[in-house]
Amino acid sequence: MLDSKIPEGTLADKWDNYKEHVKLVNPANRKKLDVIVVGTGLAGASCAASLGELGYNVKSFCFQDSPRRAHSVAAQGGVNAAKNYKNDGDSVFRMFSDTIKGGDFRSREANVYRLAECSANLIDQAVAQGVPFAREYGGYLNNRSFGGVQVSRTFYARGQTGQQLLLGAYQALMRQVGANKVKTYTRHEMLDLVVVDGKAKGIITRDLVTGEIERHAANAVVLASGGYGKVYYLSTLAMGCNSSAIWRAHKKGAYMSGVSWIQFHPTCLPQSGEHQSKLTLMSESLRNDGRIWVPKKAHDDRKPNDIPEEERDYYLERRYPTFGNLAPRDISSRAAKERVDAGCGVGVMKNAVFLDFSKAIKEQGKEKIKEKYSNLFKMYDKINAVNAYETPMLISPAAHFTMGGLWVDYELMTTIPGLFALGEANFADHGANRLGANSLLQASVDGYFIAPYSIPNYLAGELKAEKITTDHVAFAEAEHAVKEQLQQFLNINGHLSADHFHKTLGKLLYDGCGLSRTKASLEKAIVLIRQLRAQFYTELKITGDHTVNSELEKAGRVADYLDLGILMCEDALSREESCGAHFREEYQTADGEALRNDKDFCYVSAWEWKGAHAEHELHKEPLIFENVSLTVRSYK
Amino acid sequence: MKIYLKIWRQDSPATPGAMKNYELDDVSADMSFLEMMDLLNESLIQKSERVVEFDHDCREGICGQCGMMINGRAHGPLTHTTTCQLHMRSFKDGDTIYIEPFRAAAFPIVRDLKVDRKAFDKIIQASGFTSASTGEAPEANGILIAHTIAEAAFDAAACIGCGACVATCKNSSAELFTSAKITQLALLPQGQVERADRVIAMVDQMDAEGFGHCTNTEACEVECPQEISVLHIARMNYEYNRASIISH
Ligand SMILES: Cc1cc2nc3c(=O)[nH]c(=O)nc-3n(C[C@H](O)[C@H](O)[C@H](O)COP(=O)(O)OP(=O)(O)OC[C@H]3O[C@@H](n4cnc5c(N)ncnc54)[C@H](O)[C@@H]3O)c2cc1C
Ligand code: SF4
Ligand code: FES
Repeated sequence: MLDSKIPEGTLADKWDNYKEHVKLVNPANRKKLDVIVVGTGLAGASCAASLGELGYNVKSFCFQDSPRRAHSVAAQGGVNAAKNYKNDGDSVFRMFSDTIKGGDFRSREANVYRLAECSANLIDQAVAQGVPFAREYGGYLNNRSFGGVQVSRTFYARGQTGQQLLLGAYQALMRQVGANKVKTYTRHEMLDLVVVDGKAKGIITRDLVTGEIERHAANAVVLASGGYGKVYYLSTLAMGCNSSAIWRAHKKGAYMSGVSWIQFHPTCLPQSGEHQSKLTLMSESLRNDGRIWVPKKAHDDRKPNDIPEEERDYYLERRYPTFGNLAPRDISSRAAKERVDAGCGVGVMKNAVFLDFSKAIKEQGKEKIKEKYSNLFKMYDKINAVNAYETPMLISPAAHFTMGGLWVDYELMTTIPGLFALGEANFADHGANRLGANSLLQASVDGYFIAPYSIPNYLAGELKAEKITTDHVAFAEAEHAVKEQLQQFLNINGHLSADHFHKTLGKLLYDGCGLSRTKASLEKAIVLIRQLRAQFYTELKITGDHTVNSELEKAGRVADYLDLGILMCEDALSREESCGAHFREEYQTADGEALRNDKDFCYVSAWEWKGAHAEHELHKEPLIFENVSLTVRSYK
Repeated sequence: MKIYLKIWRQDSPATPGAMKNYELDDVSADMSFLEMMDLLNESLIQKSERVVEFDHDCREGICGQCGMMINGRAHGPLTHTTTCQLHMRSFKDGDTIYIEPFRAAAFPIVRDLKVDRKAFDKIIQASGFTSASTGEAPEANGILIAHTIAEAAFDAAACIGCGACVATCKNSSAELFTSAKITQLALLPQGQVERADRVIAMVDQMDAEGFGHCTNTEACEVECPQEISVLHIARMNYEYNRASIISH
């Protein structure tokens, strides 16, 4: 039975109750306890820095050449907090209920409430670190609104909020490195989790420069390795983003949840050809001032500025008059797909819609728009050689954020004792759809405010436990398995690159398990991915050696993505309803909205790995709502 | 279009490197520079050759991981643009492109075009932060910050740590990078308490890492993808002198 360990008390009391009753570790004992943190994004850097400050012995890992480059750096739009600085009716409870509703009632009440509760504190923390958030002329912090809500609770630092928050966390981490509390291992990739007597006791890594396979032992292991949206190949994620850390932990016993809940971001730059390696995100904040439209007529090839007002279809304003262009992401993305499928798409591949600023520029002036979004307009120009102050941008949906991830309880501990998952790597707070600007928050709150309580609560019990060292046989076995797999990749000597398999997998997933899914599309995708996986193990080709070898790195990541892709389809297949980002075409209302089924599917899926040749086993954590009523999520 | 490439290949820091020639036939103008490199590597795999190693991650100009000398210029022919944001439409059919790693004594070569920029992390470790431990923060609106100050601090904070400034500088100076962080924190009220100690520690570390000194050629500002201004270097010198007076 899955125990989410929700504390006693009313919703508002739970987190305080928890904190008041956690076990503490005497400061003198802390340096005897080792913690491994995989990942230096907002979740990992904040966790490693905070545990270092407390006096634990921390090892921090990332695959990039510096911790500052984790993909949190790419977040543009902002970070939410229920400060109610605008006096517009915001509160912890409202943020909680917006997030629960935004997630289409598929997340845990207690977790979401805690996220809202800790949000105000994060802004304080970031400002103290020197994060230069936008300010009003009077010197007060500025806010803007983001998709899916009607209050202004989003804090931002121009279009580089993620970068600035991450640099704050990175600097806090560097401070602990300078003080010898944290040791960093850059250009290191975690390739296995070591479990001893059912508890997480360490990891196996590969040094991406020397190629050395290393053993690292610890009293607790934290995975803050980010999202796996790159499974679709074309996505807003960085090239190195991977599922390997969580997938290998999954194979060692950690359950995976909500695996098929993937958010497709509505405002990305469309694919323009086969060579493409990523889809760049244009911040959703643009939807505050940009209007989305397509020509009313299908296959209309006129230039956007030549299409008169009455021949334009502002389809979000038409379908969702209350929220209009600020409708939540899943709804906006699906509405775009609906228009593109109807033949009204624009751009070279007819896969895009317009995002138009002419009205905002007319009303507010170009200077004001420049001040808000200049870096985004510049980026657009760099990539497309188009001036978006004059012609509308072309945008289309792209795989972006994974609500799914490792199952965790209230303490952010996985089903393996001593293994914690933070940030995008866990499934916890966003349900079936994440609200914009909530995930920088979640990653930070997990690392700064939750882990420093819940990890010591576990570590307190470790003081008397037998110390496991890297000489333990479990380390030898894990190391051996990692080495064998790498050798296997090098030995195949086929004729197709790792990228070939990754791109093919991505296409299969976009078609079968993308913005909308059907039983047939999912079943077909499973068959095709299985075939692709078999081909991978016979026809992969890697050149180069055991040391610096980006192809060898890719092969390991693609191998895990192939397994994960199948589980994504199975997860989507088992959920015979539409909720949030998971849209099963069989389950929709007459006007094409998602049809949730609370009677049969008000649970979180938790998949257990049963071995390479067996089916996964599905466990269910029922969701209980005591503070909000399950309504139909409507943004009309 | 057809593109001729001359690329620096070097197995390891210990072995000598050399330029090698390659040709690509099907380069499209819409490709990014790194997608062109992907195409090259795909062709090398087909020929059973080791791929060209280069650093990259976000491919949207923000992580700072990419960086090459392209025809002698850090990040290539466009000003204020990272290598990953450069597109092949900046080149024409039949062009020969020279590609080399960012070179500096403090950035040892790892392999081919990959270099080690740990020295930047060391500079930040020296004092590139405010000492605000988790939980110590006061209410965010408790200290007001003028709009102009916040914007100026942001301009400095925007550095992505790519190292183009160092690679461009004939002295391999890291002063643009270091001064940007010093300015950001010197401008903000939160950075005042440690202001003097910070600049001394960071400048000392910069020297210890083997970076050269600034001789005001201002080449760095031209190449910097984030348009970090050389005025920050002047600010750093002011802060350094101010700190020296305070601490003596
Ligand atoms: C383009 C873009 C824009 C976004 N904009 C916003 C926004 O405006 N607001 C918002 O709230 N959210 C936004 N998000 C989402 C948000 O940025 C992420 O969910 C969040 O930053 C994730 O943080 P993280 O710490 O969990 O992971 P990441 O920042 O991705 O960090 C992952 C870390 O794990 C390491 N790692 C991964 N695998 C391994 C391995 N096998 N071995 C060793 N190390 C490993 C990496 O090196 C890295 O350090 C955006 C996301 C994207 C992609
Ligand atoms: S100052 Fe500019 S060139 Fe130098 S590291 Fe920062 S962003 Fe790169
Ligand atoms: S790859 Fe991130 S800045 Fe170029």
